Amino acid sequence: MTATDLAASADHLVASGRKTIDAAATIAELDEATRTLLGKASPLNEIREAIKSVKPGDRAAVGKAVNAARIALEQMLLDRRAELGQAARAASLIADRLDLTTGGRGYRRGHLHPVTRIWRELEDVFVGMGYRVAEGPEVELDWYNFEALNFPPGHPARAMQDTLYVKLGQPEEVMLRTHTSPVQVRVMEKQTPPIYVVALGRAYRNETLDARHSPVFHQIECLTVDRGITFGELLGTIEIFVQALFGPNISARFNPSFFPFTEPSAEFSITCVFCEGAGCTVCSRTGWVEVGGCGMVDPNVFRAVNIDPEEYTGFAFGFGIDRLVQLLYGVDHIKYLWDGDVRFAAQF
Amino acid sequence: MRAPLAWIREFTPIDAPIAEIADALNQLGLDVEGIDEPGREIGGVVVARILEVLPHPDADRIRLADVDAGHGTVRVVCGAPNIEPGMVVPFAQVGAHLPGDFTIERRKIRGQVSEGMLCSPRELGLGDDHDGILELPRDAALGTDVREVLGLDDVVFDLAITPNRPDAMGIIGVARDLAAHFSLPLDIPLPDPGPVVDTLDGATVVVDAPDRCPRFVAIVANVTMGESPDWMKRRLTLAGMRPISNVVDVTNYVMLERCRPLHAFDLDRLAGRGIVVRLAGPGEKMETLDGVERELGPDDLLICDGERVAQGIAGIMGGAAAEVSAATTTVLLESAYFEASGIAKTSKRLGLRSEASARFERGVDPNDVAAGAARAMELFGMVASAQRVLGTIDVYPKPIEPARVTIRTGRVNHVLPAELSDDDIKTLLTPLGIDVSGGTAIVPTWRPDVEREIDLIEEVARRIGLDRIRRSVPASPNKIGGLTAVQRDRRVVADVMVGAGFDEVYTLPLVAPADLARAGIEPEKLIEVENPLRAEESVLRPALLAGVLRAVAHNVAHGHPDVSLFELGRVFALAAAGDTLPVERLHLCATRAGRIVQSPYEPDRDVTIHDMTAVVEALTQELRLAEWRLVSASPPGFHPVRAANVVVGGENIGAIGEIDAVVLDALALPGPVVACEIDVDTLLASERVPRGARPVSRYPASAIDLAFVVADTVPADGIVRTLREAAGELLESVRTFDVFRSDALGAARVSLAFALQFRAVDHTLTDAEVGELRQQCIDAVVAAYAAELRG
Repeated sequence: MTATDLAASADHLVASGRKTIDAAATIAELDEATRTLLGKASPLNEIREAIKSVKPGDRAAVGKAVNAARIALEQMLLDRRAELGQAARAASLIADRLDLTTGGRGYRRGHLHPVTRIWRELEDVFVGMGYRVAEGPEVELDWYNFEALNFPPGHPARAMQDTLYVKLGQPEEVMLRTHTSPVQVRVMEKQTPPIYVVALGRAYRNETLDARHSPVFHQIECLTVDRGITFGELLGTIEIFVQALFGPNISARFNPSFFPFTEPSAEFSITCVFCEGAGCTVCSRTGWVEVGGCGMVDPNVFRAVNIDPEEYTGFAFGFGIDRLVQLLYGVDHIKYLWDGDVRFAAQF
Repeated sequence: MRAPLAWIREFTPIDAPIAEIADALNQLGLDVEGIDEPGREIGGVVVARILEVLPHPDADRIRLADVDAGHGTVRVVCGAPNIEPGMVVPFAQVGAHLPGDFTIERRKIRGQVSEGMLCSPRELGLGDDHDGILELPRDAALGTDVREVLGLDDVVFDLAITPNRPDAMGIIGVARDLAAHFSLPLDIPLPDPGPVVDTLDGATVVVDAPDRCPRFVAIVANVTMGESPDWMKRRLTLAGMRPISNVVDVTNYVMLERCRPLHAFDLDRLAGRGIVVRLAGPGEKMETLDGVERELGPDDLLICDGERVAQGIAGIMGGAAAEVSAATTTVLLESAYFEASGIAKTSKRLGLRSEASARFERGVDPNDVAAGAARAMELFGMVASAQRVLGTIDVYPKPIEPARVTIRTGRVNHVLPAELSDDDIKTLLTPLGIDVSGGTAIVPTWRPDVEREIDLIEEVARRIGLDRIRRSVPASPNKIGGLTAVQRDRRVVADVMVGAGFDEVYTLPLVAPADLARAGIEPEKLIEVENPLRAEESVLRPALLAGVLRAVAHNVAHGHPDVSLFELGRVFALAAAGDTLPVERLHLCATRAGRIVQSPYEPDRDVTIHDMTAVVEALTQELRLAEWRLVSASPPGFHPVRAANVVVGGENIGAIGEIDAVVLDALALPGPVVACEIDVDTLLASERVPRGARPVSRYPASAIDLAFVVADTVPADGIVRTLREAAGELLESVRTFDVFRSDALGAARVSLAFALQFRAVDHTLTDAEVGELRQQCIDAVVAAYAAELRG
């Protein structure tokens, strides 16, 4: 063939190649078309091989035509590849649609018990106020639960405790503690003042579990013993604690009361957290909710643990955690705390 | 203690508003539990007489009544069947209001104008009776407010009296505190008991147990038995006591008024015409007024007749034999002082409490015993036409003197704090009957709770008012707060569980042996509660598992079978010899039950034990336990061959596994349930790997897989440990990735495949190095477990 013929064939390949490329409907077909148009066995390659048969003076023209055809074909392939890519992506954007709102796989978070939540909150508030957390056993000796706390045998205050006794030791020597106050005695036996501790824990009484009662309940107890501790500091500490827990609109109020292990003793109430003092059904329209008891550590208690009541004074206060949980979370049924019902647990 | 205001006013002229009085009572420590104002909702209802009853022209069942309320005749329409001329009735005038926020208006009923309404008891809030109009005494003055006539004009404070305040168990004690608070005069009559004599109308008193009965006063009177007058009945009723007869009502009246319990005997029914106070003999019995035969012991004090036959349990309850009755003509009145703790013990042992025992066990005033008797005699004269036999028997061998208590002004100011002078303190305490001079306070015997300086400080605080004491907080450098490491780690344990999807539950630590047995837990000896209310709460739990499984069952029963629950709580075991108290340990128990609910794109699946081991692994990782392992075992309640003990530092600290089918059946659980229970106290005390940084290699890793065929009793984690030991520090990680059994492998043989990744911190490992490590690993495992390397 002449150089002119070869160049014309190359040009012609561009036109026929366009048809092949346009006919490729998939990337795979396009790959095939690439091999057909540009591969070793392609007509274009044959033309390039044929250059050798052309006289040298004409070879440059043919080479130029072949090169132009190759560039044109490559560009067409590239364009077609982009076109097909876009179409494929458009198709996959329909096929691959996924609804993420169907929920995650298998995983579900758990929940802390509401009492644990308030328990931790209380610990954190007292830790922030400079207190450490003390502990003691739930099964106690008469000495710790009553005797050292100035409940003499036969004292009417003992009868108010609904004690559950345990069949260990002497009759009525061992009991489920009726309050967390025995921890006070254990701490003071071991540690010389200054003492700044809180004790959180379970206490027991002879009651059946129902909407309003439980044989097991949770209490917190605060004990402060140092030189020069005053009754006013007791009132102030409770006031600060109440505000730390409930915020500035809630304050504490005190009325004299009686506990064998404190003197003077008082009961404390807080501004009703629901109505902030305006009066509602929760606080029986008084604006106040009774929370706990407090007082100055009785000298007899100090004597029981060999602390000199002339040198040291101290205060203690305590209250029920379950009651607080009920108030803060609106739990109207004590039994919910003990059922282990996941419908309840999931609310916290 | 119910304290009617009118009664308080007999002793102090208090006229503050009710709310202010209630507030004062609270501030005084006399806790107001309720305020009854029976007449509060009634106004404008007056006494009227029915003059004439006429038929209604247009109705059969309703009639017209002309009534006179003291200022002319008015006509009302009335539907009650019981009205008749001459009847005296409550008349709600136009404008009156009745309970239920109901105001009376002039209105037409069937064409007839009604100028008000006649009231039934129910309409006045006096119970449910609505059958007819309330009939008032015919001598009631017309036009008087019915609240006066009905005793509805009083206010009753319902007070919760603390055990230290016997004096406030009487109206006078309440009045004394209020008078002091409002700076009002207090007028307490002290009737004269008359001359002391040895016998009265032939009656004598012998006290065999003066320690238990330090004082016994008796008076004798001839009485006319009958009902008490209305004013006394009304007052007793308001104070919460049921009127019985004039004589008994007087004893109750004086008890309520002065905290002075009394007992009236029919003298003619007292054999031997006398009283002997003695302790009970062993096995002695007597029947109390309530008809119950009581078994007595040598610590119980008895009031006996002159022939030493028991007639009452001292200070608690009398007997039927010498009780006053309608036939009584001569009364011997007992007014005694019994030692408080003795009464408390007998009352507790017998489970018998009365208004009297509640007062005696708190400690009544020994020096008001005779005056109280004289007050009763005054009232007998008023309500029972009593003729007194002159004189009083008063057995009081060792008079009890008022306590003398040192009070230091400096100490008072230091403890409160306050800036009071000696005179301030004297002024504060005098209205309470406490006389202070020269640093000594003389405390009246009606306040047995005030016996030390600190008790006087409390009285000062009460008088100042707690809300007026200056508040501050201790400012001490010794206040350094914080949780201990163990306390923080307990939170970590709970947080890991919550993160792993478990809901925290609390279950009762008091359980039934049968519940434990159902969960497969049957220890040799349980710690029993002496006085449980229910068998279901009769022992202390030795483990948490039974309770948590019950919680699973609760959820299954309520339509939630797929639950993950955990509890952190104390369990109890008998102490080692020599200790009385049980050993208490904090346990963690976790259970997963039912199905793991997946996304809609994958099928749900049953819970498997690996869902639980994964959680224990997470826990041990977070706690950085130095060493722990699972050792195949059959802990109680778990599947015999699909469970393990959790072993830390060679010590068995818990169990993990599938719950046995027998237990699932017993608890009606559909299964599967997997669980673990771990002693957290021991877990947290175990050796940990301290947190600290090590270099992270920049070089590439080399991974190989190894599979071995071993006996199926060889634990995979044992091989992992062997691999770690063999490969040393260059082994970055190792993981069991395949467990395979087949007939070709042989019975009780298993193929375990491990993925190992090696890496050096300072260079790229060469093929030769990796090859050498691989061979070391193979050799070690083959040697240790008679293992066979799979091709």
